[in-house]
Amino acid sequence: MSNNWQTVIGIEIHAQVNSKSKLFSSSSTGFGSAPNTQVSLVDAAMPGMLPVINKFCIEQAVKSGLGLNAKINSKSIFDRKNYFYQDLPQGYQISQFKDPIVGEGSIEIDLGDEKKVIGIERLHLEQDAGKSLHDQDPNLTFVDLNRSGIALMEIVSKPDMASPEEAVAYVKKVRTILRYLDTCDGNMEQGSLRADVNISVRKEGDELGTRCEIKNLNSFKHINAAINFEVDRQIKVIEGGDKIKQETRLYDVTLDKTRSMRSKEDAHDYRYFPDPDLLPLKLNQSWIDDLKKDLPELPDEKKARFVEQYKISDYDAEVLTSDRLTSEYFEKVAKNRNVKLAVSWVASELFAILNKLNLTIEKSPVNSDQLGDLIDEIENGIISNRAAKEVFEEMCESSKSVKEIINDKGLVQISDTTEIEKFIDQVLIENPDNVQKYKEGKTKLLGFFIGEVMKATKGKANPGLLNQIVKKKLDN
Amino acid sequence: MIENLTIEQTSKLLNDKQASALEITDIYLKKINTAKKLNCFITVSEDKAIEAAKETDERISKNKKIGFLDGVPLAYKDLFCTNDILTTASSKILSNFTPTYESTVTANCKDQGAVVLGKLNCDEFAMGSTNKTSFYGPVINPWKSIDNEDELVPGGSSGGSAASVAADLCVASLGTDTGGSIRQPASFTGLVGLKPTYGRVSRWGTVAFASSLDQAGPIAKTVEDAAILLQTISGHDNKDSTSSIRSNENFYSNLDSSVKGLKIGVPKEYMSDDLPEEIQKFWNEGKKILTENGAELTEVSLPSTKTALPAYYIIAPAEASSNLSRYDGVKYGLRVKEKSLTEMYESTRSEGFGDEVKRRIMIGTYVLSSGYYDAYYIKAQKIRSIIKNDFDNVFKNVDALFTPATPNTAFPINREETDPVQNYLNDIFTVPANLAGLPAISIPFGLDNSGLPIGMQLITNSFQEQMLLNISKNLQDTINFNNRPTQWWK
Repeated sequence: MSNNWQTVIGIEIHAQVNSKSKLFSSSSTGFGSAPNTQVSLVDAAMPGMLPVINKFCIEQAVKSGLGLNAKINSKSIFDRKNYFYQDLPQGYQISQFKDPIVGEGSIEIDLGDEKKVIGIERLHLEQDAGKSLHDQDPNLTFVDLNRSGIALMEIVSKPDMASPEEAVAYVKKVRTILRYLDTCDGNMEQGSLRADVNISVRKEGDELGTRCEIKNLNSFKHINAAINFEVDRQIKVIEGGDKIKQETRLYDVTLDKTRSMRSKEDAHDYRYFPDPDLLPLKLNQSWIDDLKKDLPELPDEKKARFVEQYKISDYDAEVLTSDRLTSEYFEKVAKNRNVKLAVSWVASELFAILNKLNLTIEKSPVNSDQLGDLIDEIENGIISNRAAKEVFEEMCESSKSVKEIINDKGLVQISDTTEIEKFIDQVLIENPDNVQKYKEGKTKLLGFFIGEVMKATKGKANPGLLNQIVKKKLDN
Repeated sequence: MIENLTIEQTSKLLNDKQASALEITDIYLKKINTAKKLNCFITVSEDKAIEAAKETDERISKNKKIGFLDGVPLAYKDLFCTNDILTTASSKILSNFTPTYESTVTANCKDQGAVVLGKLNCDEFAMGSTNKTSFYGPVINPWKSIDNEDELVPGGSSGGSAASVAADLCVASLGTDTGGSIRQPASFTGLVGLKPTYGRVSRWGTVAFASSLDQAGPIAKTVEDAAILLQTISGHDNKDSTSSIRSNENFYSNLDSSVKGLKIGVPKEYMSDDLPEEIQKFWNEGKKILTENGAELTEVSLPSTKTALPAYYIIAPAEASSNLSRYDGVKYGLRVKEKSLTEMYESTRSEGFGDEVKRRIMIGTYVLSSGYYDAYYIKAQKIRSIIKNDFDNVFKNVDALFTPATPNTAFPINREETDPVQNYLNDIFTVPANLAGLPAISIPFGLDNSGLPIGMQLITNSFQEQMLLNISKNLQDTINFNNRPTQWWK
């Protein structure tokens, strides 16, 4: 890629509102139910049915807006976006066009050592469509309306990102914030959070280039790959003397390419107009203030507090606060315990095993109490750090308590001075030559004696005590 | 004895045990059967009616009568969804649609023990003022001119609702009014028709035409009956976000026919040289009566009146074009099978909708299109708020407005029509109240020289239905209009 090309990226995130019922009906939003079992008369757009706003979804959207440091609009309007499709029962989607519930805001993203502020243009509420199933029959398309009417938040960024890394960091940060607020579960595999990415390129100092929108990216990996491909493509087109056509593109995962879906000329005229079935949504300022007061600690604040309170590095704090549940897990483990041990056990050992098992922290085989028990045993000198790793492995597979595992495996550390002395004396007697050499000044042999005692005790000797006593005996 | 019964009279007959609900229902079912020529009913729900009548009789025998409507045979415009009874909106596209739910309005009547005789013909999706746009054919007005044998329109869109009451095929009926669809047919058939304040009556379960204008209301033989029906169907409904939270009122018990000291405005913009002489005559007579009965009549101005009709014919089709998108052949109703989705949509909607509905969908789609939205839809909305403002100003000084209900009387069904806009002019006096969300009533005043009914309209401020009914009762009691059409259809 030529050096003087600049990439300009703006992102629309569609985040499913964490709510038991839909935006305008009381149907369940549960994932994975049999087709068309979560469909009310309203969701199926039966004649004469009317939408009634779900207050909880409004609350969730406002909380999200507050989490994005955005302006909450005291009056917003629901509009109809009109188009025909088999999985859109009303023939229109209820969305917000001119007057969204949340206005401008901003968030900060971490880029290694640097930080960057990304602007938020708006957040609005809208209904999801149903799902078309094209693979059930050779000639027919089936429609599942379970998703129809589920509340989505569309979060639109300003075109403030300049690289795929920034784009991914932005989506990650938004996701983290929403998960902290519990306003979206952020599950990208199930489609609870997906991104449409707008990309254009320009030469430094030029006006903005023509943009293309890549629809429906549902993993960080795809966001990264799609942007990389698209930026290359656009530069090649322009350098080849052609112009970029404004269009909507799809990212093909198997080919790792984007391809045209529809051009601007084919774009629908959605004929937006205010939905006459719904009154303008008016929010009370004191209600918004109360929500703001009750907002949980957000990732940036929490990270700063971790650095301050636990005296840990910026990097460790970032890792531990990148997910609300992880941060909560860590705090439970760290409470009244050695912070260094807590950091290393959560950020290294636990993360490694979760990675290996491809599990999220809420499904962790070892809960925070259990990990805390294990660290207690280390801190109390009952087991060594090395033995603890063995215990931890066992904990991931069995439901036995830490104490049971330590006993079953006979891993209790020998911390009885007399007992350790017995082992040391034995080793000293068996190695008179080395004792002699040590006394002549080859003090490096200390390690040899410790190793021998460890071998003899099958690693159970308390290393601190062992070190101390061996030295004492040899130096006498 | 059982002829031209009002709700009050029916209730009294039942209370005095002079007739059973079953007997009365039976008589009405027979009448319906002999009046097929009028084409009032799309569906006669005979079994359900008989069952409901028996239940009333059971209650009466145990002295547990529920209320005024218990055992009273009613019929509903086929726009109200009725559980387990075909509901078509007079459209081919819903000609096979039977709801599994009951509209709030009809459920309220059911809760009061009403007997439902069936579903009434209307203009397709309530679009029309002649009842000629129905897929099920036109409704014939029971009234005929004394000059000729022409079949006349009953008005529309609630043509079946008006004709069925006028022909005494039911005691009273429910219609809907988006731009005059209750008041105009009531006027054409010598009946009382009331459009409530927007939000007074729940729209839940009523097939939508134009959501910001639609209101259900009664068509009845007397003001008292209209009051009874209105209080039955009114009230807040959690399922309709535009439904008013105001608590319901007992309009019937609170009827007070005195107009002494009331100020009644006569909008000068409603006066026109084009207004037929006989309508002008009754209008003048009404003013005289009101003055004689103690009201103070004043001329007022609603300067934006002439912009109401064009604004209405932008807003109503715009909303309709979107509201009718759901009739796409995918989920219910007519589906014309084709190879692709787009072709299925095209064939289903081409065959399923009639010309007037298609015309309005096209107008609505056009005015919402990008590039035209500001010039049409936004401008129409501005006009709408100016019109509302006009009324607000006038109601600072007067309690009610008194105008003709329609610019003409019932006309022949086969009147040649080349210009659809000509029909839109039927709504000229009724549309402003819809745009402003105000309650309005049409009450019969007399017959023109051809023997056809003429109605006058009263409009009050929002939620002043009691006053509307009170003034109407005063006029009704003074005029004592009790003409009924000759039963030529038997």
